[in-house]
Amino acid sequence: MSDSKKPRRDFIKLSAMTLGGVGAASLLIPFISSMNPGKDTLALASTEIDLSPLEEGQSLTVIWRGKPVFIKHRTKSEIDVAKNTSLDELPDAEEDSARVQKDNWLVVLGVCTHLGCVPLGQKASDTKGDYGGWFCPCHGSHYDTSGRIRKGPAPTNLPVPPYVFLTDNRIKIG
Amino acid sequence: MSSDQLQGYKKTLNSPYTGIKGWIDSRLPLIRMMEAEYLKFPVPKSLNYFWSFGGIAMFCLIGLILTGIFLGFHYKPSAEDAFDSVERIMRDVSFGWLIRYLHANLVSFFFIATFIHIFRALYFGSYKAPRELVYIFGLTMFMLMMATAFLGYTLPWGQMSYWGATVITNLFSAIPVVGDAILQLLLGDFTVGDSAVNRFYVLHWLLAFAIVGLVVFHVITLHMTGSNNPTGSEPQSWDETVSFHPYVTIKDLNAALFFFIIMAFILFYYPNILGHSDNYIKANPMITPAHIVPEWYFLPFYAILRAIPDKLGGVIAMFSSILALGLLPWLDTSKVRSCLFRPIWRYCVLLFAVNFLVLMYVGGKPAEDIYVLISRIGTAYWFLFIFVLAPLVGFLETPRQPLTITNYLQSKKA
Repeated sequence: MSDSKKPRRDFIKLSAMTLGGVGAASLLIPFISSMNPGKDTLALASTEIDLSPLEEGQSLTVIWRGKPVFIKHRTKSEIDVAKNTSLDELPDAEEDSARVQKDNWLVVLGVCTHLGCVPLGQKASDTKGDYGGWFCPCHGSHYDTSGRIRKGPAPTNLPVPPYVFLTDNRIKIG
Repeated sequence: MSSDQLQGYKKTLNSPYTGIKGWIDSRLPLIRMMEAEYLKFPVPKSLNYFWSFGGIAMFCLIGLILTGIFLGFHYKPSAEDAFDSVERIMRDVSFGWLIRYLHANLVSFFFIATFIHIFRALYFGSYKAPRELVYIFGLTMFMLMMATAFLGYTLPWGQMSYWGATVITNLFSAIPVVGDAILQLLLGDFTVGDSAVNRFYVLHWLLAFAIVGLVVFHVITLHMTGSNNPTGSEPQSWDETVSFHPYVTIKDLNAALFFFIIMAFILFYYPNILGHSDNYIKANPMITPAHIVPEWYFLPFYAILRAIPDKLGGVIAMFSSILALGLLPWLDTSKVRSCLFRPIWRYCVLLFAVNFLVLMYVGGKPAEDIYVLISRIGTAYWFLFIFVLAPLVGFLETPRQPLTITNYLQSKKA
């Protein structure tokens, strides 16, 4: 093989390897994508709940996408505390009004934003932590009456799932 | 290639054996290889019982795979059936209780053997040149072992299985921006559930065999350099070695006998002592147990995770604690391998081992002030040991002249 042929040979090798590489990599897409939640799982993505049995001060846990959702019928004092908390005291600053649609109903995902445990505070007998909301027993995160993180390793507030009020006493999550 | 070279190449395929053995060996040279690597293979004659734990770990691995196959005949990997199928194995399957308790307790003893094996490598400097790759393959296997053990622990689908899996998979959500998407990709659902237990079962098998594959690399690299020994000195002549068989085989079997007698005692009298009673409660996604505790062999790393008050920081610290150990061959600046001849480093390594046990203790305690403080000190020492002491002590200390294998054995007799 003469030297003048070499760059041509190199070019063919390089472009063949590149094309083969791109082809092999694109073959990964269907396989990786198959690991995601399937259509049946996504289809279970909304839940309707009747709120009328809940007295003031009571809480309800419902399941949405396999995760617990905390619905809390807040008392007047709980609402006041949540509203009057200065944003400077919050690790993940968020107004209470940005987290509720109606002041007396708080709807949050009951999954600690640290490592995914279910915080305590739903039952009357549960410890509610230092801020009157929820307390995660796994690694000691405290949440307030707006579901906001106040103390402990969790980085963010309990997230608010997408929901709408269908009637005054009925909501649809998802 | 000239025909002479080709001739020479083909000649090496001629077997030293005759008959059927020779017929097979000249076509599949495994018999020749096994004889060279396992029967006649020379090892330093100064090996002590610390050198038996690699072989013991291998026995554990074989035992786990065998018991795993028989458990797999009865286990059903779904959120609906998993817990009940394990209970059926315990109650209705003939000798199911024995096979499952063997599987569960062998893991613990696999980790015990591996921890001792790694300590041996640190204390006698087995990680140092030219055995860096032996050590790196070993650490890789250790990480795969932890992944496999974690996946396996989720399979019985008890409360600890479920919540352990939730906490550990949520570590991935600490990754900025794409964390939640990655978590959904890994679980195939929004939470740990039916989809997760199914794929965890598959991956539990896959990783187990990946470990077997890495054992082969671990042994190939080891047999290139030969075993280290307590002196850290290489054998100078055949006189300083013995053949692997019968000397090492018998010694390792003897050590394995004592090791597995201890395991049998736990297995038959306290089969659940190393597990958690909450795992006999079926998984409930709505109720988190009061204290989520990982398996005992994860506790030191769990303590490191909790020592850092930041979620992402804790995750990074935990993973890098093992990855950083892989840098030790290049961070340790000493020319002397064995701690027997290193007056300062010796205590650093012993303190590292004690620190490991302390971290294991605090990792099992609730995340309260005093335990968090201890775990922070322990985590600090872990990284100080690797990144500061390893390079520094090599310069500062004056090591003794390492003994040759012959002189070492004479000094022990005297």
